[in-house]
Amino acid sequence: MFIKEITKKYDGKAVVDSVSFEIPKGKVLSLIGPNGAGKSTVMGIISRLIARDAGIVDFKGQDIGKWKSRELSKKLAILTQSNHIQMKLTVSELVAFGRFPYSGGRLTKEDEKIVDQAIAYMELEEFRDRFIDELSGGQRQRAYIAMVIAQDTEYILLDEPTNNLDIYHATNMMKTVRKLCDELGKTVVLVLHEINYAAFYSDYICAFADGKIARFGTVEEVMTRENLSEIYQVDFEIQMVKGKPLAIYY
Amino acid sequence: MIDVKLSALAAGNAEQWKIFLVSRLPRLLAILCTGVGMSTAGLIMQQLCMNKFVSPTTGATISSAQLGILLALIFMPQSTLWSRAVFAFVTAILGTWIFVWFIQRIRFKDAVMVPLVGIMFGNVVGGITNYLAYQYEMTQALSSWLVGHFSLVMRGRYEIVYLVVPMVILAFVFANHFNIVGMGKDFSKNLGVHYNLVLFAGLTIAAMITASVVVVVGAISYIGLIVPNIVAMFKGDKIRGTLADTALFGAIFVLVCDMIGRVVIHPYELPIELVVGILGSMIFIGLLLYRLKHGRRSVRLQAASDSGCGAAASRAAVSQGGGESS
Repeated sequence: MFIKEITKKYDGKAVVDSVSFEIPKGKVLSLIGPNGAGKSTVMGIISRLIARDAGIVDFKGQDIGKWKSRELSKKLAILTQSNHIQMKLTVSELVAFGRFPYSGGRLTKEDEKIVDQAIAYMELEEFRDRFIDELSGGQRQRAYIAMVIAQDTEYILLDEPTNNLDIYHATNMMKTVRKLCDELGKTVVLVLHEINYAAFYSDYICAFADGKIARFGTVEEVMTRENLSEIYQVDFEIQMVKGKPLAIYY
Repeated sequence: MIDVKLSALAAGNAEQWKIFLVSRLPRLLAILCTGVGMSTAGLIMQQLCMNKFVSPTTGATISSAQLGILLALIFMPQSTLWSRAVFAFVTAILGTWIFVWFIQRIRFKDAVMVPLVGIMFGNVVGGITNYLAYQYEMTQALSSWLVGHFSLVMRGRYEIVYLVVPMVILAFVFANHFNIVGMGKDFSKNLGVHYNLVLFAGLTIAAMITASVVVVVGAISYIGLIVPNIVAMFKGDKIRGTLADTALFGAIFVLVCDMIGRVVIHPYELPIELVVGILGSMIFIGLLLYRLKHGRRSVRLQAASDSGCGAAASRAAVSQGGGESS
């Protein structure tokens, strides 16, 4: 999957300006950058939630807009932060929606098995009959991830999955992201605010500034003092922790 | 008022059978269809609009259908039930679409604004209807559709209400689509569901159901609002799981209200709208108070008496209180 020169303008001002990069398969890629740098918009464009003004989003040799919606949803899943739903669905009902692209809501035996596996994978068995609006934020986020697992896509896009979670739940969420990649072989792209999560848990980082790509590369390449200071306009120190470059900022 | 006795029916009394078939049975069927239809329409609208206070009443569907009937009366004075129904379908669908298009555009922060806008919009449509009725001296003719009642339900002039049945079946078939659309645009797109298509198709089904009820019995408020809410309190929002209960409860609710209406000032009868209005508004206030006190927490049918579950439930209530204020 690669994108080429995508541009998005709001009121004549380009929030995403001719951005091109390739999404490395089977890896975790984090999109970072200051507010308004365009990372969420890029995420929206590659997940077909936001229409672009120019450029190409190529997914498996075909532009993403040309894919049949149903087929695409078997290959690519997107979880946005707008999922604060007031609906009374149980965890298992929510996870079962992940099978919708396959069975259209009438679950086969195999669908049910996949749903059960997804629930077990996210350790939600004891909550499976609880309504999602009764769960804590961390549990609810896990339920959504379980749904995405049940959707069984090669690519998983997560828009700020650690948003509104405390340190414990956010860290567990990042560990889950790592597991999705390492154990289930998924390609994961996520938008993150917390750069140390990006540094510790992803393989590649794409840093945005002013609607353009400021740096793209492996964690080690991007996480340098000079790069980060330039992108965020704040002083940074880099320290190696468990072989990963983590940033200290103040 | 003629008594129809079971014994006479059994004995094959032709006169009694005629009354039974021409008036009593149609009335019962109309009541059941009304209850099933209005509550299903309310359920669909609430899900699709992601708002628990939207219903055919608060979504301007009923008032739009009434406008359609008036237009039929004005422009086609000789109109039959069917041609009036066609007018009502068109206006009800358009009215509901406009309302939903509007609330999608504005994106209110506060959920209560949505039904308020709906009520305002409904009143604007109702105002136009009243103005036209006044201009064309149709006020009296129209009054039959303003206040819902079953007393004119007879063979040959109610059959259109049967349209509720295929529509409810259609709603059941697309129940999962409606659920997914109710989870939002991004959520729908992720699962490959065409958001706008399903949204407006669902609204069309709800509007058709409402219009076919309004044409036959007139406006009946509250059912579409209360019944789905009460059922959801116990059974959640998964439409496949609640549609049958909602429909059944709606039918029973209307049936009971009709019985009350016929008994209170016997041998006369109160219009169903009056009974439903009084009962419905009381239940509605009770529902609101319950919400204020307990939030959106569901009522559990199984005993939650053991302490572990109770503690978990109260914790959930606390965390939810925090969530709702944001």
